[in-house]
Amino acid sequence: MDWANLAQQLVNGLSLGAIYALIALGYTMVYGVLRFINFAHGEVFMVGSFAGLYFHRWLKPFCEGMPAPISAAVVLLASMGACALLGVVIEKLAYKPLRNRSRLTVLITAIGVSLLLAYSAQLLFGAAPKGFPQLIENQTISLGGEATVTTEQLVVLGVTALLLVALRFIVQKTRMGLAMRALSNNPTAASLMGVNTDRVISFTFALGSALAAAAGIFFAMLYQAIDPFMGTLPGIKAFVAAVLGGIGNITGAALGGVLIGLVETLVTAYSQNIGIPSGYRDAVAFVLLILILLFKPTGLLGKTEREKV
Amino acid sequence: MKRYLPHTLLAAGLAGAAILHFVSPQLDDYAVNILVLAGINVILAASLNLVNGHTGQFSLGHAGFMAAGAYASSIATLALAPLVAQAGQPAQHALFLAALLFGGLFASLCGLLVGIPSLRLRGDYLAIVTLGFGEIIRVVIQNTNALGGARGLEGIPAWTNLFWTWGTAVVCIYTIACLVNSTYGRGFIAVRDDEIAAESMGINTTKYKVIAFVIGAFFAGMAGGLYAHLITFIAPEGFNFLKSVDVVVMVILGGMGSTPGVVAAAILLTLLNELLRDFEQYRMIVFALLLILLMILRPQGLLGNFHKRPKAKP
Amino acid sequence: MITKISPDAMRRVLSLSIAALLALGAGACKKNSAPADESQIVIGEFASLTGATASFGQSAHKGVQMAVDETNEAGGVLGKKIKLVTEDDQSKAGEAATVVRRMISRDKPVAIIGEVASSRSLEAAPICQTNKIPMISPASTNPKVTETGDYIFRVCFIDPFQGAVLSKFLLGKGIKNAAILTDVKQDYAVGLTEFFKAHYTANGGSITSEQSYSSGDKDFKAQLTSIRGSNPSAILVAGYYNEAGLIASQARELGIQVPLLGGDGWDSPSLVEVAGEAMEGNYFSNHFSTEDTSPAVQNFLSRFQQKYSETPDAMAALGYDATMLLFDAMRRAGTTDSPALRDAIASTQNFAAVTGNITLDSQRNATKPAVILQIKDGKFRFVETIAP
Repeated sequence: MDWANLAQQLVNGLSLGAIYALIALGYTMVYGVLRFINFAHGEVFMVGSFAGLYFHRWLKPFCEGMPAPISAAVVLLASMGACALLGVVIEKLAYKPLRNRSRLTVLITAIGVSLLLAYSAQLLFGAAPKGFPQLIENQTISLGGEATVTTEQLVVLGVTALLLVALRFIVQKTRMGLAMRALSNNPTAASLMGVNTDRVISFTFALGSALAAAAGIFFAMLYQAIDPFMGTLPGIKAFVAAVLGGIGNITGAALGGVLIGLVETLVTAYSQNIGIPSGYRDAVAFVLLILILLFKPTGLLGKTEREKV
Repeated sequence: MKRYLPHTLLAAGLAGAAILHFVSPQLDDYAVNILVLAGINVILAASLNLVNGHTGQFSLGHAGFMAAGAYASSIATLALAPLVAQAGQPAQHALFLAALLFGGLFASLCGLLVGIPSLRLRGDYLAIVTLGFGEIIRVVIQNTNALGGARGLEGIPAWTNLFWTWGTAVVCIYTIACLVNSTYGRGFIAVRDDEIAAESMGINTTKYKVIAFVIGAFFAGMAGGLYAHLITFIAPEGFNFLKSVDVVVMVILGGMGSTPGVVAAAILLTLLNELLRDFEQYRMIVFALLLILLMILRPQGLLGNFHKRPKAKP
Repeated sequence: MITKISPDAMRRVLSLSIAALLALGAGACKKNSAPADESQIVIGEFASLTGATASFGQSAHKGVQMAVDETNEAGGVLGKKIKLVTEDDQSKAGEAATVVRRMISRDKPVAIIGEVASSRSLEAAPICQTNKIPMISPASTNPKVTETGDYIFRVCFIDPFQGAVLSKFLLGKGIKNAAILTDVKQDYAVGLTEFFKAHYTANGGSITSEQSYSSGDKDFKAQLTSIRGSNPSAILVAGYYNEAGLIASQARELGIQVPLLGGDGWDSPSLVEVAGEAMEGNYFSNHFSTEDTSPAVQNFLSRFQQKYSETPDAMAALGYDATMLLFDAMRRAGTTDSPALRDAIASTQNFAAVTGNITLDSQRNATKPAVILQIKDGKFRFVETIAP
């Protein structure tokens, strides 16, 4: 049993999982509050990466003297802010007019928004992948044996953990978080209680999109190349993660993301041992999804919702 | 008179397709190509409409069934064409028909496999699961070397022509029209309008959902076979989620639940596709905007009677 | 806010518009039997001008365009000017077939130049063959391309040779264990791996591990970790430059220090752009080197530099060669008629091209030497030539 190999794959899987978790949080929060799948969320993740690329370029003159971690943080926060704005704009223009329509209508609109974002990005930036700048110096640290972890991976894991803690704080300990939970529980009652529905929904979108932007920057850091269609597959996998954890449940989404990242990496790594060619990597998430929906549709941490007729 | 209308239309349609085919050498190659593509899209749109529009089961994995049919029929022709080469034209036609049917049947088997687990799911979840199945089919093909893997299958005999395409389209529309106007149709619509009410009225919703999936998949498979024998080269990339979206746009534009609507939309969008070919970069943006605006302004598309499902009460 | 139009009115409008459209379509459909413009010779080109492998298409196109421009300035071919029609296949599978079909029916070229990527050449070749239009590929190295039919040619070497070249190079450096990472989505890569393996294992080398990936993948850590565990002394990365760059980066991140080896699919400025320092010291085989001192190469370099203000890569040189060879064949045939032109191309012997002397063999492939280049200081430096 090659422990060094296993340790390495676990590290790789965890960093990938952290990225999926951040995107999954956006899906789950929007679903919790609006009961719909924001198909365009994967594209917000992509926009986050491009935002990082361009902010890095534009802010270079200002960041000349700063140490790398500070300028990296500036780029990260700028991208998160930009995407938060994008999320709110999308909500106001495309989803708000459809608030009272059937869920299918909104789903189709979301698909439209997703395509619009991806193809507009292709028009603006070209389809060829672009290299992402080195935001912080990347050193390889040995974990013992041949297993290594890079400083970039550590940053991704660390900052994701921080963001999760921050999110939990916002949802559990602030008024806005309380409003979000109320809206998610019972929209009519919440608005009767004086909750400003529109404001809460915008806030939810902003929050989710900011997290997706962070995921985009981390992904670009780890995998170095970005292109307009990079959001499709991670977006779908993150959605699977949200469902896996129990859609609407924030802890579940984080858990689901990490799980999918780990399973995907391990299946690819040990593909020869288990007889599944590594090309099936992308199908892993879907197979998991189908299995969960068949056997435990509410996911790992979700509650069964009664459907009233 | 009304009773015989569908059958006379069928005969007329088939005759029309045959005439088109005989006239085709007089027509520009490229234009013929477009007409054939339009026919294939009509079959795809009409078959998806049966599932999405008439039965209200939102499927996003139609390209997977198309792929299944494309590959199945291609394997059949690639394997058997040399054997038939000696026997001449009629044998070749028979082989093509058999291969297309085989593709359709294989696709409908996939439809069965997809339909059954998806049955308990509603709305968004069903959409994502069907998307997942479509992707799984694509990934399986990509990893199967016997099917050419990711590099695709080439050298498929170029047997598709106007007669086969529009003939199949006419048969497809006829079948769906007959189905929808029968008790099956009532069942589909009942499932679409309110599944729980239908179930409590004693309608076997499972049966109707499965039938819709299977028949939809069958025709998608035939469309796939026709497509494969037109382009003579198929690769899993060509049957991805974006292809499913293409068909969904046709159904939405035409109006979910209206066969004439989706037929018109399929033809229109094929033409639009070609016109915008020089502006490929803008094509998808136009489609995306079209989708969004349609949903906001006119969700019933051109001819649909899109149902507003009443919101669940608190 | 749902627009209100009655379904009946809608139906009427629709039926009328469809009828109108079909009538228009039918009218426009009359076969274009007008004779082609007699004062020009039309040649077609299909390339990946946009998309994932845009670098290839754009380079090849520049080479082709330069050949056309130079020839037209010198008076054209057979007393006529050349008109070049270029189509973009967006680096996508399926597009090549469609654009070639459209080009053949709409522009009626006498010959077609394309493509760099073997998969896309394979798509278009049957169409050119059926229509009896000679097709010359500048840089597709998979043997199956010319096996399609006798109207399909290429001006470069093929992968059985390239695979052997890479194997000879490694063995020549005393490297007896290698791992392989193949892009299973590309005919080019799969073929290259196959031929490399055959030669390497037959000559004393051993493969320590074989892994695969797909074009478009971003994460290769799983496969690289496995390869690392098998302790190779070199790694063959059979694929195109986008992924090669990422693979090199991630390999170094995982602590893999052995050299990486690639084929001509690596030839692109983007190779170093993405990977940066991680590419240093790696090797790849190619069709020509900019450091070649022969007058043909240096001449071409300076003319290209003058026209486009950049250094050409192998794809540009091959695009240029393919086009010039086509013109030479036209002159030898004395006509652009299909069968005669085809025969003239097929009998090309010792054609002085930028990338070497081209003689087309009975399989319609070119027998030429390959060069090995190494990435040093971000540039491609010549290491050695390996003859067939």
